[in-house]
Amino acid sequence: MSMHYFANPARFTRLAGRIQPLAGCLAAILLIVGLYLALVQAPADYQQGETVRIMFVHVPSAWMALFCYSFLAVASAVALIWKHPLADLAAKASAPIGAGFTFLALVTGSLWGKPMWGTWWVWDARLTSVLILLFLYLGYMALWQAIEDSQKAAKAAAVLALVGAVNVPIIKFSVDWWNTLHQPASVLRMDGPAIHPSMLWPLLIMALAFKAYFVTLLLARMRMELNLRRIRALRLAERSS
Amino acid sequence: MKQLGAIIQRDLRLAARQGGATFLALVFFVLTVTLFPLGIGPEPAVLARVAPGVLWVAALLAAMLSLDRLFQADFEDGSLEQLALSGLPIGGVVLAKIIAHWLTTGLPLLLAAPILAVLLNMDDEGFAALMLTMLIGTPALSLIGAIGAALTLTVRRGGVLLSLLVLPLYIPVLIFGVSAIDAAVHGLNAKPHLLLLAALTVACLPLCPWAAAAAVKLSLE
Amino acid sequence: MFQGRGIVCERGERRIFSNLDFTIAPGGAAVLRGPNGCGKTSLLRIAATLLRAADGQLKWDGGDISEDIEAHRARLHFIGHQDAVKGALTVRENIALWANIRGDGEGRIDAALAAFDISHLGDTPAQYLSAGQHRRTALARLVASPAILWLLDEPTVSLDADGTACLQRVIADHRAARGMVMAATHIELGLDDAELLRLKPQ
Repeated sequence: MSMHYFANPARFTRLAGRIQPLAGCLAAILLIVGLYLALVQAPADYQQGETVRIMFVHVPSAWMALFCYSFLAVASAVALIWKHPLADLAAKASAPIGAGFTFLALVTGSLWGKPMWGTWWVWDARLTSVLILLFLYLGYMALWQAIEDSQKAAKAAAVLALVGAVNVPIIKFSVDWWNTLHQPASVLRMDGPAIHPSMLWPLLIMALAFKAYFVTLLLARMRMELNLRRIRALRLAERSS
Repeated sequence: MKQLGAIIQRDLRLAARQGGATFLALVFFVLTVTLFPLGIGPEPAVLARVAPGVLWVAALLAAMLSLDRLFQADFEDGSLEQLALSGLPIGGVVLAKIIAHWLTTGLPLLLAAPILAVLLNMDDEGFAALMLTMLIGTPALSLIGAIGAALTLTVRRGGVLLSLLVLPLYIPVLIFGVSAIDAAVHGLNAKPHLLLLAALTVACLPLCPWAAAAAVKLSLE
Repeated sequence: MFQGRGIVCERGERRIFSNLDFTIAPGGAAVLRGPNGCGKTSLLRIAATLLRAADGQLKWDGGDISEDIEAHRARLHFIGHQDAVKGALTVRENIALWANIRGDGEGRIDAALAAFDISHLGDTPAQYLSAGQHRRTALARLVASPAILWLLDEPTVSLDADGTACLQRVIADHRAARGMVMAATHIELGLDDAELLRLKPQ
């Protein structure tokens, strides 16, 4: 592999090395402040009691689940159309992070559901959509893993990500449609009533903390992928010389 | 157009000569539906309640299982490469193969569905809606499935992966299909559900062959 | 006139060959030589536009081929390692099917069968053919639907001396009619006057 290919990634590695600790510190500070506000400062809900505090983790996780998929789709589009060598890496690196947030959203949703609904799982519109989103992430990651040639895998995964991105709103709409047909009105929905301002701040700070955490992990994973690639290239060069 | 017709004709002739595959998808459909009364009990009211959902889920699985032969056999013996080099746009080739796939799997499922609906004791009001949703919805299964089939071409033993890729994308078809039949059974207006299902299929018609063609090109490199 | 300029081929992060030039004039031919893994198949697949070159340009009569890939594909035949012959169909059906898909009709099927000496096998299902007969069925496509550029990847694999002679005759006729041939082969195909492209492993 020629060196010009690495010129750009090398610059990226240096830049990422500088940003990553900053983003990591920011994530830690925001998380501490956010958790303090959410768990200590925010008042208990008159209807949901202390259980409402789970929402401060659940809602930002669900947002991140969608955000990561959008990021993945945009990165895939950039990779397919402009063939930017880092876009593939960004897409690949963001998938497990997004899947992690999706899983967190499901677990916290289920924890919230036990005291609220009296059962660990209700086929609520949001929980169901998030569950399907998790399947989309798993399919994407499985496709990356299944195709041996990494360049082919990158392109196939990018096509899948774009197909998935077109489908996410359609699936969301169909699940909402299905939910309104089957959900009895008496059950408390997770999206619930309007958010009180005292809840809004901790929610936003938690969301920002998650974003910073995403950036930290993304950069770390991308640097790891780049190093793995470099190792493969060196091995190939060693073998052929 | 004539050349695309030749591709459809070829796939139909191959399906007729090799026979088995269409028959197997159909048997799978019937068998899966048969498992439900055995699993949840033969009570007619219960079966009637779940019939639309059971029929659609079984049709979904049968359509999905038949996807691996949409491109795989042609990929392995070099025919797909020759089709790509025929001078026709690959999207057109893919669409022709999807049409042939629907004729050999979607259509038989559509024809078998009312018989199975009788076995499940489905309400008489639902039959017209069942046939309509199957007619509008099964082409979408072939269209969406083609993307998954094309993406997993170079994957050895891609069957499980194919289901992971395709089934989540099938969910809207399932929801709109079943809700239309349910509406008809309960004496409600099935039209909005049918229109949504039709909109989905119409949207798939240009987009899916295009995406599948991109994946096919990739696998031939 | 079919030309390649500065073709670079990379497979899975590895460079196979670089800066390859070739020119094939009407009636001309190019023969690819080199050890295994030097990129003969890759070059033929690049020439067929199945594979994208990492760099370089393919030209047809001076025009860039990437501007109309379908038109280029319509004027070429590519015979690769796989025969694209369906066992469930007869030999005649197999040949006719490709002629129909390429839009050339069935007018030249008999000539194609005769050219490779498989007329007596016309109604035999291809699953009963020997490897050599299988290969002849695939090669008969060259005659059944006309195309000016033939890209042949080891076309003589599993052919006997007779079959190779058939192929030589067909290639000679093709070139006499101003057709072009690019072939990877280590067997004489009557291409002594061809441009020799030696590919070296990088």
